[in-house]
Amino acid sequence: MADITATNKQILDFNYQLTAQADSFPTLSVLDNTGKIVDNEAFERAELSNDDLINILKRMILSRQLDIRSTKLAKQGRFGFFAPTAGQEASQMASSYAFTDDDWLMPGYRDIPQIVMKGWPIWKAILWSRGHVLGNVYTTEDDKPVNSWMPQIIIGAQYVEAAGIGLGLKKRKKNAVVYAYTGDGGTSQGDFYEGINFAGAYHANAVFFVQNNGYAISTPRAVQTAAPHLAAKGWAAGLPSLVVDGNDPIAVYLASKEARSWAVNGNGPVLIETITNRLEAHSTAGDDPLRYRTKDDIEEWWEKEPLIRMRKLLQDQGIWNEKQEDDYVKEVNQLIDDQIKIADNVDKQKISNFIKNTLEVPSQAMKEQIAKFESEGK
Amino acid sequence: MAVKSYIDAIREAMDLALEKDDDVIIFGEDVGKNGGVFRATDGLQAKYGEDRVFNTPLAESGIGGMAIGLTTQNYRPIMEIQFFGFLFEVMDSIAGQMARNRFRFNGTRSMPIVVRSPYGGGTKTPEMHADNLEGMVAQIPGIRVVMPANPADAKGLLLSSIASNDPVVFLENLHLYRSLKGEVPEGYYTTPLDKAAIAREGDYISIISYGGGVPVALKAAEELSKNGISAEVLDLRTVSPLDIQSIGETVAKTGRVVVVQEAQRMAGVGAAVMSEISERFILSLKAPIGRVAAPDSVYPFGQAENDWMIKSDDVVAKVMEVVNYD
Repeated sequence: MADITATNKQILDFNYQLTAQADSFPTLSVLDNTGKIVDNEAFERAELSNDDLINILKRMILSRQLDIRSTKLAKQGRFGFFAPTAGQEASQMASSYAFTDDDWLMPGYRDIPQIVMKGWPIWKAILWSRGHVLGNVYTTEDDKPVNSWMPQIIIGAQYVEAAGIGLGLKKRKKNAVVYAYTGDGGTSQGDFYEGINFAGAYHANAVFFVQNNGYAISTPRAVQTAAPHLAAKGWAAGLPSLVVDGNDPIAVYLASKEARSWAVNGNGPVLIETITNRLEAHSTAGDDPLRYRTKDDIEEWWEKEPLIRMRKLLQDQGIWNEKQEDDYVKEVNQLIDDQIKIADNVDKQKISNFIKNTLEVPSQAMKEQIAKFESEGK
Repeated sequence: MAVKSYIDAIREAMDLALEKDDDVIIFGEDVGKNGGVFRATDGLQAKYGEDRVFNTPLAESGIGGMAIGLTTQNYRPIMEIQFFGFLFEVMDSIAGQMARNRFRFNGTRSMPIVVRSPYGGGTKTPEMHADNLEGMVAQIPGIRVVMPANPADAKGLLLSSIASNDPVVFLENLHLYRSLKGEVPEGYYTTPLDKAAIAREGDYISIISYGGGVPVALKAAEELSKNGISAEVLDLRTVSPLDIQSIGETVAKTGRVVVVQEAQRMAGVGAAVMSEISERFILSLKAPIGRVAAPDSVYPFGQAENDWMIKSDDVVAKVMEVVNYD
């Protein structure tokens, strides 16, 4: 058999291809599991003041308390559909801390805390969860617009829509980006690829997050795809793509900040895969994780959860203590109680209103139905 | 008034819309330099630049999602789906997202998007290109389906669709693109949405149709007039929502109805017209409603199109059945 040149030999070395894929995405990491800084230069590069560090921790605590209270209330039938967030606070809160009010958020159904951070009142989040349309009016308590869409249920749809927003922001020459979230399961949808590919082709102002939390309902990450890194899917569309320790708030913030800066300066989108874990059920609607994963596995991840390391970091820096945390937890729980009361007192939805909001200009048949339902007080 | 082809009228509408409003943008597969596979956007990129008329990657869901996203920045996207047979690839963006968004946001956000697409057949395209899927889209709440039957309406209805804050699926009959010519008023004008038009006056029987079915119905009406039967042809123009009032008026006038559609019998719009007549105007009827539609098969391969598609003879025969009922 004839010999083959070294280059051609390498091209046809399929084992090498697999090894190269696996080796190409080192994980960005700043803190270890105990909150100790393992990369001082990266920590400095994040340029986080003490106030920033406290704010990030506060956001994470708020998210955790919202998770605990929502889960409890859901069990009492007082909340509605809820997708627990415990374990993902760094991926969600530290990432969103890097974006501004002018940036557009495209959330998935588990990304309620990020929308709240943009000024969406918690009582609206509760209404969304309960299936009340007023939950989808994206304004703050003092009526300022919130640049966010509703939590998306179709797990790739927000990606193609984000490509459009990112292109629009670029065309309007705005100093803003769109940031969109999906999960490991979401990367299997065609829209995931179409979204990053469109955004890449147009060099749109976009940052895409893949929160790789280990499970898409019951389907483990290993069964989701043969790709060794979900970030590698970003390479297929020509995007700079990163793998980040998703339980490390500083690493997530650093990656997000730099990705935003890259995108807003006209360089095109970035994709960030955060390696994290969903510590609880997929949703409060009857999912039992012990049907598809072990207690040991869950416990192991609880030891690596992001609040522990962020709290420890701040305590080591002398800017946070137990009393401050207890006080803040009380404050947050009072806020949630107050917000539930507001949600409880919102008027029932009307069928006539649904029809009025289906088309701006209603048809004859719609007008007839509006009149009928209004006459019945519905 | 100048005589223009159906496709020239459509291109002229987009030209005027681009000229009138900087927020109007056009994108889709091959719509740029190539001017679209049917040349509907020919010359528009050269005139308005790549910023406003541009090609997309070849992925329909991406096109639909991108249109939705662009509305957040106050653009009014006109997106082209190259062939209506490719609709399934963009169905979530159309049915699951843009059609629902006004409702989902409690009326606080609009979706001023036009989904343009050639539909129908008779040009021997490969399979999955030609199709009559309007019935499927017409059943989606929150979206309009507009299907012009002549060049003047094609221009006026497209300009209305672009000005609308509701999403519109604007369907262009690919057989009529170059085969149908007609007088088209000059300059910018709009033709109202949700409003049917009488394409031919008559008083003995009503033929209700839309899009590519209208020229077939008009030809049949001409034949019938030679036998002394005066047929009125109602062109629905917007097939969702239906102009129930105009349907009622023609039924009251003639008392006899034949519904004509190019789509398969089981597919939607004709059935909706018949059910509105049954529910509201049945006492005006002197005979059961007749229906002319394509056979209930999958859209056929190119060589079989001529046998499969409806013809004016089918309409004449159905009219005679209804007329002879008494």
